[in-house]
Formats: sequence, C-alpha cells, structure tokens
Amino acid sequence: MNDPIPGIEDLDDIPGTTIFTLQRARRGYPLNQFCMSLMSASNRTEFKSDERAYLARWPMSSSARDAVLRRDFNAMIAEGGNIYFLAKIFATDGRNFQWAAAQMTGVTPQSYVDMMRSGGRSPDGLRSKRKGG
Amino acid sequence: MATISAGIATSHVPAIGAALDQNRTHEPDWARLFAGYDWTRRWIADEKPDVVLLVFNDHATSFSPALIPTFAIGCADSYLPADEGWGRRPVPVVEGHAEMAMHLAESLIFDQFDMAIVQEMEVDHGLTVPLSLMFGQPTLWPVKVIPLAVNVVQYPPPLARRCYALGRAIARAVASYPQALNVQVWGTGGMSHQLQGPRAGLINKAFDTAFLDALTRDPAHLEGLSHIEYLREAGSEAIELVMWLIMRGALGEQVDELYRFYHVPASNTAVGHIVLRPRR
Repeated sequence: MNDPIPGIEDLDDIPGTTIFTLQRARRGYPLNQFCMSLMSASNRTEFKSDERAYLARWPMSSSARDAVLRRDFNAMIAEGGNIYFLAKIFATDGRNFQWAAAQMTGVTPQSYVDMMRSGGRSPDGLRSKRKGG
Repeated sequence: MATISAGIATSHVPAIGAALDQNRTHEPDWARLFAGYDWTRRWIADEKPDVVLLVFNDHATSFSPALIPTFAIGCADSYLPADEGWGRRPVPVVEGHAEMAMHLAESLIFDQFDMAIVQEMEVDHGLTVPLSLMFGQPTLWPVKVIPLAVNVVQYPPPLARRCYALGRAIARAVASYPQALNVQVWGTGGMSHQLQGPRAGLINKAFDTAFLDALTRDPAHLEGLSHIEYLREAGSEAIELVMWLIMRGALGEQVDELYRFYHVPASNTAVGHIVLRPRR
C-alpha cells in the first residue's frame, strides 16, 4: 500500500520545472516570508519606497536579495522561492501571473498571451530530461 | 440527517475573480468562460444547497511557510476575503457553519483523518472564485461554507488515494449529522497548468479530458496516479487536482454527470468544471 517516496532525481527530471520540496522551502524560508509581508498595503508602500532597506530585514542570501531587486523570478525560484509566495512581489508591482510567466519563459508578454490563446504549451518533448522529452 | 446532494468541481484561477470584480466579463477572452457556468448558475439556484463543504487550497495566504497543515477544516462563523497582494476582493464575507464543521472535524478525527482545526482564517481566490462562478455577484453568499484547506503548495501534498479516502470519510461524517441539511461538496483547483519556470503555460487537454472522464466513471484509476504523473503530464500546479478526488470520494461509488465544461485558457490555466449527482 505504501507508495515509494520519489527521489529528487525523479522530481528534478521534469524539464523547466522546480518542485517546491521541503529542502527548497527551508532554503527559501526568509525569501518566502518576505513575500508574505507584502499582503498588507502599508508594507507594500514601504517596500516600494526603499526596496533595499526593506529587504535587509529578512535574513536572506545576497543572491536572493539581488534576484528580488532584478525581479528575476527564475532566480528567485532557484533560491527556494515558490511562485505562490513570489506572486505577492509581482502583484505589488501591478503585474499578473501571465506577465510573470512570460518573463520566466523568456518571451514577450504578447507572445505568451498568444501561446495561451492558441491552447498553451504542449507537454510533448517536455516530460522528462532523462528520456529526452 | 444531512445529505450530500451533489458534487461540483471547478478551477479557481485568480484572474477569473479579477475579471468579475473589474467588470470585464464581456471581453471576448472572458465571455466564453463565464458562459460555460451559465448552466450551473441556473441549476444551483433551484438546488438551493444549505451548506457547501468547499475543498480548496490556500495559496500562501493564511498559511505562511511557518505552518502548513496538510488537511485543515474551518470551524469559524465567518471568513474574510484576503488581501493577496492586490487588495481584498470586493465580495461578501464568507459565512461558515461552525456547528456542522465541528461535527465534521470530530467525526473525521475519530475516523482516523487527523484534521488541523482552524478558528480564524482569511480566504483567498481558491475559495472565493468558485463561489463567484456559481453565484455571480450577490450582496450575500446564499450558502454557508465549511472550508477544507488542503496543502498542495509545499511538496509533498497528500496522495490522491488519501484524498479519495478522505472524501469517503466526509460522506460518513455528513450522514451522521442530525440536522436535515442539503450539502454540496466542491473540489476546486486544476486543471492542467504550470505557473513557474521555463515550462510555464503547459496545457494537456488529453490528460484533462481523460481525468474528467475517469472522475465520473473510474475514480479508482485517478487515485492510483502518482504525484510525478500529475506533475509531469499536467504541470507543477495541476497537482491541485487531487482535491477533486476528495469531492468525488464524498459522492459514493456511482454518480451521474449532469454537466461538464472545459476551456483554455484562463490566464495560464485550463479551466475544467463538472457537476456530479450521487446515484441512489
């Protein structure tokens, strides 16, 4: 009845995908907690008025801090960020999930919207690194 | 005794709430989506459920990474729509059914489902968007809601099999509630979508269609799917679909499919919606 616990080699086998494991959550804890703080309007204002000073309150790595300042969402995910937490950052900027997805996939917002309108990204060729698609 | 009269599943994309709140429902991108819920809005107005047990996930809103319960049940009298980073949705406060929720919590725990108990929680789009889709924009929601939050953000979420079993335990718990109430169970989230990384925008219509077919006729197949299969085939955020199995498990072995709708896209997501009636 017990399911085998999938190893990280299985979780990391999906191309272009970072599964938010406990290990990544541990690493990204201050980054994700910073994101949670943006759920109040006064904190959002404070963050926008001096991003560096605001970020200095959370004990995150300098590379995580830089990724936030650059709004590099793939880099934030590599630092242990999870998209549902990171969404508070782009919401603070007045951006939506489609805008963020365009940035993470390296295309313009318009071409991303066009891709979604025409049915989205096919999983074909994107299922497994090991099996080459 | 209370009776589960129907189950509903729907995606809960935040952009759907934004389109409603900003009166953009007639824009071409959105009109087709909202039309897909017309049938259900009419149907539910006749069904008049008293209580909705609403299975959803908190999207880093009330549960910060400091504490993430796998299964949590809301036992409060009301739940405030949350500010998720763009202000609170202008929708009514969600009224709970504390008495029934406490009964369900006790029953489930004695049935070996160790629920976390929530006395205070703000609810995000995962809970309010399904209410908007089914009831439109009323000044008060016409049902009481018992929120059942499932962790699908922090890996690992509960297994599909465990979710289905929880649904069966919910059926027992509802049946042992003495008051005659018309109860619906809703499963929300999904369908195929990935919101992160270079594979963002993934949609797998074949997987979604097969999932909808199996949900009605062969849920045992779905409870046998591993997390990796959901993640690989339908995208990293499609693991939310395990929540649909809680709803399905609560309906019993045989169901009739009353209605189905499928639409791509809402923002980054394939929208699926199904209405099921337990066969007696």
